[in-house]
Amino acid sequence: MKAYMERIYNGLIKENPTFVLFLGICPTLAVTTSALNGVGMGLSTMAVLVMSNLLISLLRKVIPSQVRMPAYITIIASFVTIVHLLLEAYVPSLYESLGLYIPLIVVNCIILGRAEAYASSHSVGLSLFDGIGMGLGFTVALTCIGAVRELLGAGTVLGFTVPVYEPATIFILAPGAFFVLAALAAVMNRVQHGNGRTSTTDSCLEGCEHCTNMGCGGRVFTRAAVSETEEADVPAGGAEEIEKPAAAEEKEGQE
Amino acid sequence: MSTLQQLLLIAVGSALVNNVVLSQFLGLCPFLGVSKNTKTAGGMGMAVIFVITIASLVTGAIYKFFLAPWDLTYLQTIVFILVIAALVQLVEMFLKKFSPALYRALGVYLPLITTNCAVLGVALTNVQKGYATQASFGLLTCVVNGAATAVGFTIAIVIMAGIRERIEHNDISPSFQGMPIVLVTAGLMAMAFFGFSGLI
Repeated sequence: MKAYMERIYNGLIKENPTFVLFLGICPTLAVTTSALNGVGMGLSTMAVLVMSNLLISLLRKVIPSQVRMPAYITIIASFVTIVHLLLEAYVPSLYESLGLYIPLIVVNCIILGRAEAYASSHSVGLSLFDGIGMGLGFTVALTCIGAVRELLGAGTVLGFTVPVYEPATIFILAPGAFFVLAALAAVMNRVQHGNGRTSTTDSCLEGCEHCTNMGCGGRVFTRAAVSETEEADVPAGGAEEIEKPAAAEEKEGQE
Repeated sequence: MSTLQQLLLIAVGSALVNNVVLSQFLGLCPFLGVSKNTKTAGGMGMAVIFVITIASLVTGAIYKFFLAPWDLTYLQTIVFILVIAALVQLVEMFLKKFSPALYRALGVYLPLITTNCAVLGVALTNVQKGYATQASFGLLTCVVNGAATAVGFTIAIVIMAGIRERIEHNDISPSFQGMPIVLVTAGLMAMAFFGFSGLI
């Protein structure tokens, strides 16, 4: 039981996907115009994450490792389609406001990342709780950001108007999303490194492509070998031209 | 309104007014990650233009000729993501064999594009806005919309890279070093891009 609780604590606080790992930035910025949208997006992502973790963990001994990425993506896309259709049928207002970002849950780094980093090598129960923990962490983060933007930008809290305050509309528009996240990242910098320099190098903010510990970017479709050689900062200089052929050969060997 | 006018409107709308990064928040990972200098940002931009244009043609055609007639549109998400992933691999292999020069220029960026949400985003937008099923010039509209979106991405990432090259030499407060200042810059750029909304 303790191990299960540890997974939830891990997802909520220790490795919170948004606040600590900075994963899944696109939906974080796009749908957090209000707290309710944040909750909706968070829960939809959580549903997909829990189900895909469960199924991938069940099938972890069946899926050959060479084709695991296409298999994972197919599984994830199927669950996203189910969630998409359910939302369209039962919560049409939320479906309207989330729009394009529901099908885009497929390319959310968090889901493929957990599949690759956790569910593919752990038991069903642990993977299930890992999905719940990570999903809750994401939901809480989106709700917080949504609440802040809603309060500052529209002067409301969960739809109820706050008296006296004159809202600054910019916060529910696109630039406000960047500003709120910038403030958040600055706070995280401060908390993690005191007055020292930032080092977000292993997070997704350095580019999904670079985050070697997660399944996003370069890793998709049997690219494990590639991403390991590309780890040394891909587009930085001439190095990639030398390393690329070697990596490509390794990849072909795998296939 | 003539078709040409319509296409022009779509192109300006997707490239500037509804900029894919700054107002739709798609493709943020490469926008933040690969924008350290203008040369690589330009390379990434070119690769994205290349892939998105081809991907919108292919996904548009698949939607129009397979999914829509057979009432399989609910499969669009699964089909599109698999098609895009396979397409990127195919383009990579094709370039490697037939155009080594282009491969050297774009090759390193291609694998990074598979999970770029802008590609899937454009494919889905084409369907949602009904470009793919349009009776006349449907596929052309898809391609124009895709290419214009990708051009918008390139504009944004190159400008961002230019600004970041200058930021390197500035004295920034410790907490804001790294990502926070880049995000503030992106926010200011997004505000500037609001100016284009008067165009249409």
